[in-house]
Amino acid sequence: MESYKLSHLRELESESMFVLREVAAQFENPVLLFSGGKDSIVVAHLARKAFWPAKIPFPMMHVDTGHNFPETIEFRDRYMEKLGANLIVASVQDSIDQGKVVEETGFNASRNGLQTVTLLEAIETGKFDCAIGGARRDEEKARAKERFFSHRDDFGQWDPKNQRPELWNIFNGKKHMGEHFRVFPISNWTEMDIWQYILLEGIELPSLYFSHKRECFMRDGMILGKTDFIQTRDTEEVKEMQIRFRTIGDATCTGAVLSGASTLEAIIDEVASTRVTERGGRADDKRSEAAMEDRKKQGYF
Amino acid sequence: MEEKYDSKGYLNMELLRFTTAGSVDDGKSTLIGRLLYDSKSIFEDQMEAIESVSKRKGEEHVNLALLTDGLRAEREQGITIDVAYRYFATPKRKFIIADTPGHIQYTRNMVTGASTANLAIILVDARHGVIEQTKRHAYIASLLQIPHVVVCVNKMDLVDYDEKAFEKVHSDFEDFSAKLAIKDVRFVPISALLGDNVVDRSKNMDWYQGPTLMHILENVHIGSDQNHIDPRFPIQYVVRPMTTEYHDYRGYAGRVAGGVFRQGEEIAVLPSGFTSRIKSIDTMNGPIDKAFPPMSVTMTLEDDIDISRGDMIVKVNNQPESKQEFDVMVCWLNEKPMQVGGKYALKHTSRDARCIIKEVKYKMNINTLQKLEDDNAIGLNDIGRITLRTTVPIFLDGYRKNRNTGSMILVDEATNNTVGACMVV
Ligand SMILES: Nc1nc2c(ncn2[C@@H]2O[C@H](COP(=O)(O)OP(=O)(O)OP(=O)(O)O)[C@@H](O)[C@H]2O)c(=O)[nH]1
Ligand SMILES: [Mg+2]
Repeated sequence: MESYKLSHLRELESESMFVLREVAAQFENPVLLFSGGKDSIVVAHLARKAFWPAKIPFPMMHVDTGHNFPETIEFRDRYMEKLGANLIVASVQDSIDQGKVVEETGFNASRNGLQTVTLLEAIETGKFDCAIGGARRDEEKARAKERFFSHRDDFGQWDPKNQRPELWNIFNGKKHMGEHFRVFPISNWTEMDIWQYILLEGIELPSLYFSHKRECFMRDGMILGKTDFIQTRDTEEVKEMQIRFRTIGDATCTGAVLSGASTLEAIIDEVASTRVTERGGRADDKRSEAAMEDRKKQGYF
Repeated sequence: MEEKYDSKGYLNMELLRFTTAGSVDDGKSTLIGRLLYDSKSIFEDQMEAIESVSKRKGEEHVNLALLTDGLRAEREQGITIDVAYRYFATPKRKFIIADTPGHIQYTRNMVTGASTANLAIILVDARHGVIEQTKRHAYIASLLQIPHVVVCVNKMDLVDYDEKAFEKVHSDFEDFSAKLAIKDVRFVPISALLGDNVVDRSKNMDWYQGPTLMHILENVHIGSDQNHIDPRFPIQYVVRPMTTEYHDYRGYAGRVAGGVFRQGEEIAVLPSGFTSRIKSIDTMNGPIDKAFPPMSVTMTLEDDIDISRGDMIVKVNNQPESKQEFDVMVCWLNEKPMQVGGKYALKHTSRDARCIIKEVKYKMNINTLQKLEDDNAIGLNDIGRITLRTTVPIFLDGYRKNRNTGSMILVDEATNNTVGACMVV
């Protein structure tokens, strides 16, 4: 007898493609949030596969804190050109300039939280009824509670205690005027799945993910890359380290790890033996026990 | 699709989706925490975080339930409110866990978690035995046709690891489940808190010779959980590139919901009934010669026929029933009771329709499994058999035959909320 088995990576891939096609079918004006990080790169890749040989039938949007490593932006622009995609840049700097948000000050200042305002405004201006994100349930305990199709009220808020039941693979994207959805096609993927899939499909990534030398310093047990956006204290010694990033977010709060892993195979071995979660290196989650839940309720990614 | 790279077998692992069930405080979240902890799937920062919370609250043991109870309200009340999804892998399999709430008020979230599971772990507190909520969840597991059930008799440490307590649950559960359609039921005595028989064999229960829970999870046969017999391909989206290279390309994108489709085969399209042949089965990685569940592919056909989302490609000599009036078992998920004679939106595979609830055949008494034929009040968490009439034909299989084409949801047209989970009988 023939066997009809699908490896778990192909099963996850198929599930994500199914979700992306539901988005294209159920919403009038969806947008794919693209940060240049590995998860959003994988989502973009899955979207290519879902609609191939046609182009991805929705635009991409980068919520840009302005605090990026230059490698991220280079990669983003190159990748968009390759896809022939339409990229919308929603800028936190603009929100600050227009007085809609107030920049944090001090040593731990970050624009990460401000992104919510910029994101919600960009969703409203663009009249987007669905924003596709690359969040995974295994990243964080509040994210572990997310549906694939996650309803947002007309203030963009998430109500985690009152989510719609989501049965089988039947997704309910019905909504009232002014409301929108966040959709997470790679909800069921783990960090390990992402890396294995990148290898399997030969997906290109920003160089930040691979081992390189960089001027860094230590803060609260985290390794931060030196950039113009972070003030260092006199006690914080900047020195060159051999590092790579496990996630790429705002440069002010994304921690690096000491690593010599310069190939995908080496990264996979490293991920397999690591004992800390990937968001363990992110200062934005460390602010309080329910930091992510609180931000998500307000409309964060 | 040939997989070239094989890194330590990881690429060829099978995926098992399982869910927890059982009454409040029976230890579901603690058990998931224990499974994650003993299989070394917990990271240091996660462990440190829950250790410090447990200490702050003055708890004697590290509260492993905090690993899944991630919402503020859940941590404050010490209960699970909504499903949490967790992931782990052993060298044998990769697992997706849905940890669901035991509280009756949140049954809809339990149903959400159970709807995609291959296996359900039903927990029973050894001190309290089989209670109403155990029966309710066992019934829901059988209604949702979860192929495998493992009854874990938990908190054995609180009954001195007494075999009699285990045997009592075993026989009470079997008495009840004899009336249900669960094919594969197993029983394991455990302590989720202390780890007995979860991953490691217990030193306190020599009288139990069976496998540990982890052994069952790693070895239960799931290869035949999908339908590979009755070909069903609901169209999700029509792919029209309109580029010079693919000027006339018209592909039908979808996920195979049953059976096997091969290039060159004759097919029929519902509802039109037109027939054609499969010209190609396309993926971005190249064409393939066959597609089966749960693959997402794009098909092209030899003939130009009018097909759109909501239509279904099937085989000429193997078709689902096409009906506008049919019976389903409904599980009601909303505070606002079901309105007999009321209109709802209906979603079935990729097809949207409206429907009216014609009548209630009976409501289930879940404790006794009696059919209450004169009770037609279906409210939150109730289960019953109803007749629906739809605005357009729906292409149905019995839920037993195919979970994908035998399931549908009802949506309240005023609130847009998902209010009913339906299974075709
Ligand atoms: N002594 C003992 N206590 C246990 C055991 N398993 C769980 N508990 C305790 O029982 C209580 C409830 O455990 P939870 O895991 O939160 O229960 P639950 O089934 O997830 O509850 P809900 O999700 O709210 O339905 C906690 O105080 C646990 O520490 C066990 O094997 N032995
Ligand atoms: Mg719980």
